[in-house]
Amino acid sequence: MNDILLYSLIVLGVLGGILAVILYIVAQKFKVEENPLIDEVESNLSGANCGGCGFAGCRAFAEACVKSAADKNSLAGLNCTSSDMTKVAAILGLTVTAEEPKIAVVRCNGTCENAPKKTHYEGADICAFAHTLFAGGSGCPNACLGLGDCVKKCAFDAIHVDPELGIAVVDEDKCVGCGTCTKACPRGIIEIRPKGKNNRRIYVNCVNIEKGAITTKNCKVGCIGCQKCLKECPFEAIEMRGTLAYINPDKCKQCRKCVDVCPRGSIMAVNFPPRKPKEVKEEVNNESKQ
Amino acid sequence: MNPKKTFPKGGVHPEENKLSSDKPIITIPIPKQVIIPLGQCLGAPAEAIVKKGDEVKVGQLIGTAKGFISANVHSSVSGKVSKVDEVMDHTGYRKPAVFIDVEGDEWLEGIDSSDNLVREITLSREEIIERVKSHGIVGMGGATFPTSVKLSIPKDKKAEFVIINAAECEPYLTCDNRLLLEKPYEFLIGVKILMKAVDAPKAMIGIETNKIDAAELLDKIIKGDEYYHGIEVQPLQTKYPQGGEKQLIKACTGREVPSGKLPIETGCVVVNVASTYAIYEAVQKNKPLISRVVTVTGKSVKNPSNFLVRIGTSSTVLIEAVGGLPENTTNIINGGPMMGKSVSVNDFPVIKGTSGILLMTDNEAQPRKVGNCLRCGKCIHVCPMGLEPFLLCRLSKNNMFEETEAERIMDCIECGSCEFTCPANIPLLDYIRYGKSKTGQLIRSRNQK
Amino acid sequence: MNNYTISGSPHVHGGESTKKIMYSVIIALMPAFLFSIYYFGFDAVRVTLISVAACVMVEWLIQKFLIKGQCTISDGSAIITGILLAFNLPSNIPAWMIIIGSIVAIGIGKMSFGGLGNNPFNPALVGRVFMLISFPKAMTTWPTPQPLFSNALTDAVTGPTLLGHIKEGLAQGISAQDLIIYENIKDFIYSGSLGEIGSIAIIIGGLFLIIRKVIDWQTPVTIIATVGIVATACWLIDPVQFVHPMVHIFGGGLMLGAFFMATDMATSPMTMKGKIIFSLGIGALTIIIRLWGAYPEGMSFAILIMNAFVPLINKVCKPTRFGNTVKQ
Repeated sequence: MNDILLYSLIVLGVLGGILAVILYIVAQKFKVEENPLIDEVESNLSGANCGGCGFAGCRAFAEACVKSAADKNSLAGLNCTSSDMTKVAAILGLTVTAEEPKIAVVRCNGTCENAPKKTHYEGADICAFAHTLFAGGSGCPNACLGLGDCVKKCAFDAIHVDPELGIAVVDEDKCVGCGTCTKACPRGIIEIRPKGKNNRRIYVNCVNIEKGAITTKNCKVGCIGCQKCLKECPFEAIEMRGTLAYINPDKCKQCRKCVDVCPRGSIMAVNFPPRKPKEVKEEVNNESKQ
Repeated sequence: MNPKKTFPKGGVHPEENKLSSDKPIITIPIPKQVIIPLGQCLGAPAEAIVKKGDEVKVGQLIGTAKGFISANVHSSVSGKVSKVDEVMDHTGYRKPAVFIDVEGDEWLEGIDSSDNLVREITLSREEIIERVKSHGIVGMGGATFPTSVKLSIPKDKKAEFVIINAAECEPYLTCDNRLLLEKPYEFLIGVKILMKAVDAPKAMIGIETNKIDAAELLDKIIKGDEYYHGIEVQPLQTKYPQGGEKQLIKACTGREVPSGKLPIETGCVVVNVASTYAIYEAVQKNKPLISRVVTVTGKSVKNPSNFLVRIGTSSTVLIEAVGGLPENTTNIINGGPMMGKSVSVNDFPVIKGTSGILLMTDNEAQPRKVGNCLRCGKCIHVCPMGLEPFLLCRLSKNNMFEETEAERIMDCIECGSCEFTCPANIPLLDYIRYGKSKTGQLIRSRNQK
Repeated sequence: MNNYTISGSPHVHGGESTKKIMYSVIIALMPAFLFSIYYFGFDAVRVTLISVAACVMVEWLIQKFLIKGQCTISDGSAIITGILLAFNLPSNIPAWMIIIGSIVAIGIGKMSFGGLGNNPFNPALVGRVFMLISFPKAMTTWPTPQPLFSNALTDAVTGPTLLGHIKEGLAQGISAQDLIIYENIKDFIYSGSLGEIGSIAIIIGGLFLIIRKVIDWQTPVTIIATVGIVATACWLIDPVQFVHPMVHIFGGGLMLGAFFMATDMATSPMTMKGKIIFSLGIGALTIIIRLWGAYPEGMSFAILIMNAFVPLINKVCKPTRFGNTVKQ
């Protein structure tokens, strides 16, 4: 009995030793020389592999950063919205100015209340497919379909379809503005905009380009292209794209004049303190929708 | 007649429900206004050549084809163009269209609008194809592929058969059946024209045996007249999707269209019954495609019927003609129940591809409570293309489009047999269609590189 | 305001549903169940009821408290697992063992993989094999059958199964011919698990499923034919060492396995080609275990082993694609 025990111990021990040596030799022989900086950069990235930077995952982005730093001595064109790029730059011996934080904005307010559903969709939960089948429950061909293609693509769990509103809603705290959802949306509703000073931003909450008369039929809050905001804006921050107003975030000074003149309530001001007691209710409402 | 044939692989047997098969075709009076969409065929929409205030006559060209795969659009009425604007089609999206207010019924000169039968085919091959093209004839089974493209056979290929798709395998629809019964001579001359156009010595009329009266009628006429030499009636077993182009070729000739290739590879040209009739009218009577037969049906419909309708007539007119919209209608379908498209609007114009309007109530329609995939393999069993729908569905769901390509998703003919048979009610075809469009994008982007 | 339904085609459905399939299987199992009641008395009812109740209960609890998903016990698949598990048990097995078996069958065999359709192994067999290994004594001690409306034939408390009897006899050096003839004539009645004894009743249920198109005929036929051919060949070569093939075909759980467990949709291949390979494998493994293995019965192991091959078979056995016959 003891012999067997001893025997197996010896065999296993020797076997283990030989294999360890082989493993070591192989590891040495096939060692891939890699810049240790890549690992260091990668450890400072979010690791979500969201693809927002345009590279196939965080590792590829880290490689690109190291390469760019070595070749061009800059990180121009490389940005990860979900990580601190100043840290990455510091590792590589560079300095970058931190980019303005961005956030995804769902530019549709076609909630079940604002744009009542005239038809209901049954089938696979894919916006891209439903988009080919029909114009949408409310009849607006630019409205959020609420089937969550953006939700499935988000690596940060930052966008959800609100079951009561029926449209996609961005979670401000979680969103890093990587832009994956903008590509997933078949109707181009989602836009990446600067987060804004104090998290405050003003935008047109609609992408509908149909004529005003048709828009009115489908949705209570759709932009009808009346251009009132365009005339009101003192900074020329608003431009017309067909029958749709668009607020240029770079020019907008957040005066909120456009919000007041919009007859449809299509312009959304987020995270502003209430100004008039009359508006308190609506502001709270808007905030909860964001 | 030949013995019954069918395609060997897959297929399902939906309830036939041919409620209107013994209802003669009724001509709908010309409405007060027609809306003629410019995009009535697969491919690019036509370009309007009329403007507001223009006087048009029946058969006048109002939209010219733009690009190779595109078809001309003609006015179906006479009157004044009230506007060139957008109109909601059955999906609810707005598409360019010509609105015409009807005044009288004045035909363009040179069109023979009488019922006289013209037997002598005087035009040459090239002239026939040119006529088919200029008169805006498309596949009227629903796919609306321009027929002239189909008839222009590449130089290195030779057509041996003209196959007429008279299978009408879609449940409910009876418009082709009625057309065969009521216009058999015109139809058969149309077949002769097609044979001349593609220079094929033989023609087969593939017809399912649930339309045996039509098959027998055609057989009798062909046997009784040497003029129709070369045409053959091929009875087919009633099975869906018998009318799929590839399935029909397989059933009639036993040949298989190779994956990713066109039917001409097997020496066959497949044309639909309604298109054949339209070709007869275009070639022998110089009449463009301005009207078609539409089946309006449904189990709860008071009086399911077949109508001869001018293109551009509102669907409401047709629904009124069958006794109005039944109260509990939940699904309106443009086409048949297996491949038709859901209608999301109250009112849409009839176009060249509208073969039927089907009104269904909730208990007729597909149940939508989705369960787990049982891996029962029924979808594989019924797939006429030998694909694995459950796998394609799963891969598409996970956005694995290189794998779907390898699993031959592009071969799917979207017949819906898989979803029809799925015990778990999984919307297989929805996912496959999504996967197909994404895989197509992938292939195109790769080819561009 | 029309509220029409928008959906992709097709807009009609063939009417087949998971529920209908499952309840057809339950109906098909009824003849065998009735026969087992006749054969074993009300113990058969006891075992089956406990097993079904435990399976349904476990599934409901898991769905309610662990997965927190929608409740699907009404589809009847847990009932089938319960019945099939009961059919694999002796009629005198204690209730607590049945409950443990049900927990393993549903909890580990089915729900841990994601529920219906996702399980790689037949849940009832997972439960059965678990019990066979955990409680070898209880699982292989069969009571003497107590047919209803007839006097008990023997006083013995336990009786052997046909296959177990033969295996033991052969091990003791008794010739196969003697074993069969002697025992068959003396007293006809053998014991076994609930579903092992009524082969004819199972065939009736199986035929119902084949006609109803719930299962295909190829799978059971291939399994039975494979077992039959190998057994016949061996018997022809050496009738002393090997028993008559009919014993193998009608004895043991072959019929139950061939008609009800190898045809389980989730755990069998999808294509006909795959199904044939799968059933050939089951047949071959069964007869190999029966003739040369340690256990007298090999059906459940054979099915479980072949279950493991199903993903591979599915990958290799693709349906013939349309348009492939022409060389490109």
